[in-house]
Amino acid sequence: MWIYEKSLQHPVKVTRPDVGFAKLVVTQYGGPDGELGASLRYLNQRYSMPTNKAIALLTDIGTEELAHMEMIAALVYKLTEGASPQDYEAAGWGGQYVQHNHGLFWTDANGVPWSAQYIACLGDPIADLTEDMAAEQKARVTYEHLIEMTNDPCVKDMLRFLWQREVVHFQRFGECLNDIQEHMGKKNMWCGCTIKK
Amino acid sequence: MNCEKQRSMLKKIQEIQFVAVELNLYLDTHPCDADAINDFNCAVQILEKRKQAYQDEFGPLLNFGFGGYSKEPWQWVESPWPWEI
Repeated sequence: MWIYEKSLQHPVKVTRPDVGFAKLVVTQYGGPDGELGASLRYLNQRYSMPTNKAIALLTDIGTEELAHMEMIAALVYKLTEGASPQDYEAAGWGGQYVQHNHGLFWTDANGVPWSAQYIACLGDPIADLTEDMAAEQKARVTYEHLIEMTNDPCVKDMLRFLWQREVVHFQRFGECLNDIQEHMGKKNMWCGCTIKK
Repeated sequence: MNCEKQRSMLKKIQEIQFVAVELNLYLDTHPCDADAINDFNCAVQILEKRKQAYQDEFGPLLNFGFGGYSKEPWQWVESPWPWEI
């Protein structure tokens, strides 16, 4: 079960609305390396993990990613607050206004809708944790690109917060991978789930 | 509604909650670190106090009964949403 807390993990402020940057940062909402994909990837991979530590870590990081998704949603909301159809058009995001008005939608920076193809679950802890580590790196780099694309110090501040969370998650997944490899090594030669006998 | 006070009380919750999140993830991969468990428990103690004080003034922070009692009218729909603060 999940409980909703009526608070963001970290404050989200903008100096002024900026539809052009909303168009870009929405990729961390519904893009290939965004927070929706991250949370679903980790929460879905829990069931085939062989250790309690790995299940706990995926549960907790998956839950934190949901909070990051909400921060990005709040950012897009604030960046487009009060924007007119002409503002959307001027920012090259007229299609967003036509289809969604001020509503949010899961797309990347090029308008491509979110897809389950962005995430994987092989049911193999080594493959899945390695995928998770790569996902954290890709999200980190995307945040670096986004930080370069805005001059708003408030926006930079919250993006830096999310950026450093990717660094921490990568570290924890790496420790978890080491732990799993040790766990597997003790019990059997590790060459895949189905080749145990 | 005293928005400035609400924002500042919420910020204090966010700060200590971040300490708890960070220690929680660390402990997931270092479950035998007694010092970190002690730090985590200290953070939880402070967090509970700050949440209680906030909820007494502004209503439940969590839904489904996890945020404590409600005054009348139903406070959950009254207080601002995170993206509105």
